[in-house]
Parts: sequence; C-alpha cells; structure tokens
Amino acid sequence: MRAVALLAAVALAGPAAAQSQFEKYQQMTAEGSPVELFEMEGEALWRKPQGPRNVSLEKCDLGKGPGVLQGAYAALPRYFADADRVMDAETRILHCMVALQGRSLAEASKRLFGNADNPSEMEYLTAYVAGHSRGVRMTPGTEHPKERAAFALGQKLFYHRAGAWDFSCTSCHGQENKRIRMSELPVLDRPEDARPIVATWPAYRVSNSQLKTMQWRINDCYRQMRMPEPNFGSEATIALNLFLTATGQGAAYNGPGTKR
Amino acid sequence: MNGVRRKLLALLAAGVLNPIAAWAATWNKDAFSAKNAGDALKNLGAASPQPSGDIVIEAPQIAENGAVVPIEITSRIPNTTSIAVLVDKNPYPLVGRFDFKEGALPFLKVNAKMGETSEVRVVASAGGRHYVATKEIKVTIGGCGG
Amino acid sequence: MAGPMKMRATLGNGFTDVRVLMTHPMSTEQQTKGQPHFIQNVTVKVNGKTVIEGEISQAVSRNPVFSFRLAGGAKGDKIEVSWLDNKGDTNKTEAAVA
Repeated sequence: MRAVALLAAVALAGPAAAQSQFEKYQQMTAEGSPVELFEMEGEALWRKPQGPRNVSLEKCDLGKGPGVLQGAYAALPRYFADADRVMDAETRILHCMVALQGRSLAEASKRLFGNADNPSEMEYLTAYVAGHSRGVRMTPGTEHPKERAAFALGQKLFYHRAGAWDFSCTSCHGQENKRIRMSELPVLDRPEDARPIVATWPAYRVSNSQLKTMQWRINDCYRQMRMPEPNFGSEATIALNLFLTATGQGAAYNGPGTKR
Repeated sequence: MNGVRRKLLALLAAGVLNPIAAWAATWNKDAFSAKNAGDALKNLGAASPQPSGDIVIEAPQIAENGAVVPIEITSRIPNTTSIAVLVDKNPYPLVGRFDFKEGALPFLKVNAKMGETSEVRVVASAGGRHYVATKEIKVTIGGCGG
Repeated sequence: MAGPMKMRATLGNGFTDVRVLMTHPMSTEQQTKGQPHFIQNVTVKVNGKTVIEGEISQAVSRNPVFSFRLAGGAKGDKIEVSWLDNKGDTNKTEAAVA
C-alpha cells in the first residue's frame, strides 16, 4: 500500500521529476562507490603467478595484444583466432587462466560467481580489466563471420520465448515505460536504451554489495525467466552479450558501474 | 570534547594507556544504542538543537535501495566543530558523529543504510550551541529481488 | 585481515577533497543475529596532525565510502585515514595531495 501511495505521489510530480531523482541517486552512488576496491584487488590477482606454470595473467591477450589492457574491454565481445570463437571479457580471462597459467578448466571455473563476503577471482579480474576502458568508445566485433553469426544468434535468443513461463528477454526488456518495482526497465533492442546499459557493466550492486558481471547478469536473467541455467561462457551467453553490446555500441564506456 | 575522552587523552599523553585501547574506549555507546533521535541527541549533549537553514543536506529524494543512501552535508554555520547524522526511523537512529578540528571543513559525504522512508536529521554544533536541519528521503526497492 | 582501502586527495578551490573507500562488512545486529561487525572510529590526519575524528555505527553502508574536505592544502601534503572496528581490527591508508 505504501508503494502505491509513493507511486501516486511520484506520478503527481510528473515522470520527469521522478526520473531525475533516480538519476540523482544513481549519480551520487556512482560518485561514492566502492567499486574501485574491486579493481584494486583485481590488479593483485592479475599480477599473481598461479597455476602449474606459475605465471601471472600479465601477458593475457584480450584482443589488443598480449598484456594490453587499455581499451580492451570496450572492444569485446569479439572473435579470437587462437580459440576460433567469439569471446567476451570473462571467457577470455578464463581462456588465459588455462592457456597461460596452465590451470585446468575445472579448477579455474570452479567458482566464477562469488558473494558479498567472498567475491570470486573472476569478479575482481573483470572489474580490473573493465576499469582500463573508462572513456573508451565501445566497439564490439561485428564484421567477422563468426561475430555476425553470434549477433544473429543473440538476436534470435532475445526474442525466443521458452521455459515454464513462456518468457523471453522481451517480456521485461521489450516494451516501453515498464518497470519492476521501482527499477526502470530499458528496452534493450533499442540502441538508445542499450547504450548506457552496456557501458556500465560490470557493476557494484548496492542491494547485495557485490560486483556483478555480464555473464552473471545473463545467467540470472535466465534464472528469473525460469529457464535452465546457461553454462558460463556458453555460445548462447556470449551471443546475447554481443547482441546487446553491438546494439548499444558507440558510447564511451562508463564503468565499472554502480547499480541498485 | 566530552569529559571521558579528555580524561583518556590525558592518560594517553602520560603514557599510561596504549593508543588502541584509548581509541576503542571513545565510542558513544549510549548515543548509538538510543532507539529514537531525541535520546541519541541527548546522549550526544545536543538535546534541543534549533532549526537552521545553514545546514545543507544534499541527497536524492528517492533512494532506489535503502542499503546505500548517499548523503552529503555542508554546514555554513561559522565555527562548526561537529556534525551528527541520524535517520529517524532506523532501529538505532544515530549513523555517525564527526568532530572537525582546525584544518578540516565541516563537510561530510557518507553512505547510510535506511530501513524505510524517513527524515534524515543533521545536527551541527558550533560554539557550544546546536543546530538542526532535516530532509526526507524516500526509500524504495527495485528489481526482482535477485 | 582487513580488505583493500583506497584514498584519493585532490586540491579543489581553496580546499582539499579527500575521498576514501574502505572494505568492511559493516554487518548489523539484525543481519548477524546479535554479532554485528562494523567500523566504529575513523580518523583523518594531515601531515601527522589529527583533523577529523568520527564515530560511526552499523548504519553506515557496507564498504563505506566517505568524502571529507580539508581547509586549504598543498600538493604533497600527507593525508592519512585510519579506521578501527568493534572487534579491534584496524586499517589505514596514506596518500599525498595531488
């Protein structure tokens, strides 16, 4: 009942007024966000020698050359010849853990999503990598045949209804002026809506004090749609990530972000 | 400065106490355990502050989540030496109290937890007198709860 | 063992802006069923002199971020921010004003 009264009050003030106050909340939380702490920890992990080869990730090629972090996140997802597939930041980091450090896939992917008391190595590393793309224009791969195929698959998945509730991404992200409780729902197949979204992941989520990544976000959307859990770094999740990032390409990367 | 702290600092200066023990002792348990703003302020020695337009509270009107509510405070009252922040409807309203010595400006930005929509109460102390300003912040919740 | 802490001190218009990020659960009585774990004291020093002393509660958000302002200031001034929690854990960080 309180929520209804609040909505009524907010509606009377006009949608613009409500929106600007949420923007103020988002701006002030972003300015006072602990997200950089995750980048700091990520740096330590990036430099830490690990695995049977006892080497760090410092020579990892994220698409701009071995060890080049600057602007790499903003150019993902994209095709990598050495793996002959399209990869996003997290799958590429995982690839480097195996290829460079000699770690087994099983060990490296044992705990990819953490929690507030114990974030995962991947979460710290993703924040660190993403931080090096601040202000860089987002240019995911869209030209290579495999990138085009991934985009097409992601697009198809976006509209595909399935699962116990017959949901698709468009159930939440396909109509204008929708919200879930007090969170606005962006229409993600529209470039103007997608741009600020893709530019602010990974993000520190204040509601659970955790650094959340795009792989997590897609995984959790599938959970919320009551569909089977996708595998980490699966073709489907990368295709969706590429579809969303390509739809929202062109803006300056504004992360790692801070969200509710 | 309250009497307890003054005494502890004197003992510290005399080399009697170790720094951490002295420091640990100066936390106003009574003020922080108070279940309403009035009692908290009484325990801070700032019982009847007078309303002032010179305390600026910059905060969003609506917080998308109560776990982190950003609050920025500037006191324009000359010689402000202390600022206390309270959330009236929190189980324990007192969020924090900061003392500003020479070299510090009476300015603070803090992220507070708010359990529900409430008045945020800011009390500034200057020259032994206390002043108050309030601002209501609505607390909502977003998303699917995931 | 305390988690990472970060601070940035920059010269503004006649003042020094200090922004400090702390890793800490700041868990409440409610969350922990009576065993809260939170920072109680925050201290800011400039060139060794204490200028701000804060007492805070479990109502400060997890992973606290504070902004303070210091009067005047000059490049190279040494700022130190430290904290002490209710279990006796501490952490501190230093930065030079940039």
